[in-house]
Amino acid sequence: MSLVLLQLIGLFAGLSMLAFGGGAGVIPDMQRAAVDHYHWLTAREFLDSFAISRAAPGPGSLIVVLVGLKAAGMVGAAVSFAAMFAPSCLAVHIVAKYWHRAARSAWRAVVERALAPVAVGLTFASGLSLMRGTEHGSLPWGITIVSTAAFSLTEVNPILLLAAGAGTLLLMGP
Amino acid sequence: MRNRPGSESFDQPSLASLFVSFVSIGMMSFGGGLAAWTRREVVQRRGWLDDQQFLSGYALSQLVPGATNVNLAVFIGTQMRGAAGAIACFCGLTALPVAIVLVLGVLYLHSQETTGGARVSLALGGMGAVAIGLNLGTGVRLAQRNIRGPIPIAVTAIVTLSIGVFGFPLVHVLLVMLPISLLLAWLTRPR
Repeated sequence: MSLVLLQLIGLFAGLSMLAFGGGAGVIPDMQRAAVDHYHWLTAREFLDSFAISRAAPGPGSLIVVLVGLKAAGMVGAAVSFAAMFAPSCLAVHIVAKYWHRAARSAWRAVVERALAPVAVGLTFASGLSLMRGTEHGSLPWGITIVSTAAFSLTEVNPILLLAAGAGTLLLMGP
Repeated sequence: MRNRPGSESFDQPSLASLFVSFVSIGMMSFGGGLAAWTRREVVQRRGWLDDQQFLSGYALSQLVPGATNVNLAVFIGTQMRGAAGAIACFCGLTALPVAIVLVLGVLYLHSQETTGGARVSLALGGMGAVAIGLNLGTGVRLAQRNIRGPIPIAVTAIVTLSIGVFGFPLVHVLLVMLPISLLLAWLTRPR
């Protein structure tokens, strides 16, 4: 196995276990390693990969597939996917089994009530740290605010919002 | 709600229906909207979980490391049908999106060698900004339904600001805020 593949496995398996609060939290770390340390892709390519993975269906952490693709082709993409998802999926599977067994216990009710505000806070934080972690100019700020309001207040289809966001930057962008 | 009789005796959906449901969740969900789509399918359409069970699963999925929505799929699959259910949900959620991301990635890398590359990047930037808004909007919707009273509001605000604005490491915030939130929930538990 080539060195690049081992580096991909090491990076993403490590980030997989550090990715508390969803995939977004490790984006800055991933950028530092993939762009500055290993030079698999440029900062611009990383940002674009991030946008592709957010715009495509499925979880945003599929960005690892694109980083792997650029670093080592299709094998790199496959290895990165496995390294990013296997450790965390195994962990959640084990937790879920215990959770199921504790169905009616008093401690589970307490844990449920304690987790709700932390979970909601992590959701907000992931959005905010994405804005801090990437270049977010005034126009993207406006787009983000409008789409936050539209998505939380109306039943508008997210796909329409994404298309509108792309169109706005194409028409008014730098 | 939590102690409603039979609330934990899930109807056992087949592995195929789990897989199909999560294929549709994976394909219908864009940007940060995955949790919203998952809730719509699993709670509203299929009735496999109620809102409280969904939310606790969602919270656990955020607390275990890894992509929240992938974790949520594995969590729901495990609850429904054990390890086989988890694999069915995971494969359903990720199979088509992985293929699509790969195709888009190959097209993108080609576009960078042509003059259209800058426009592609602009469009991607606009979609990225919307995707962040979808994340925040999901938070607003969850907060409206599930955050009541000063203590949960304060915990939500502290977690949001410390990570999202001040950039504290996630692990540190969780090490502090989880025990505090657990203690507060235990002290204020209904008796």
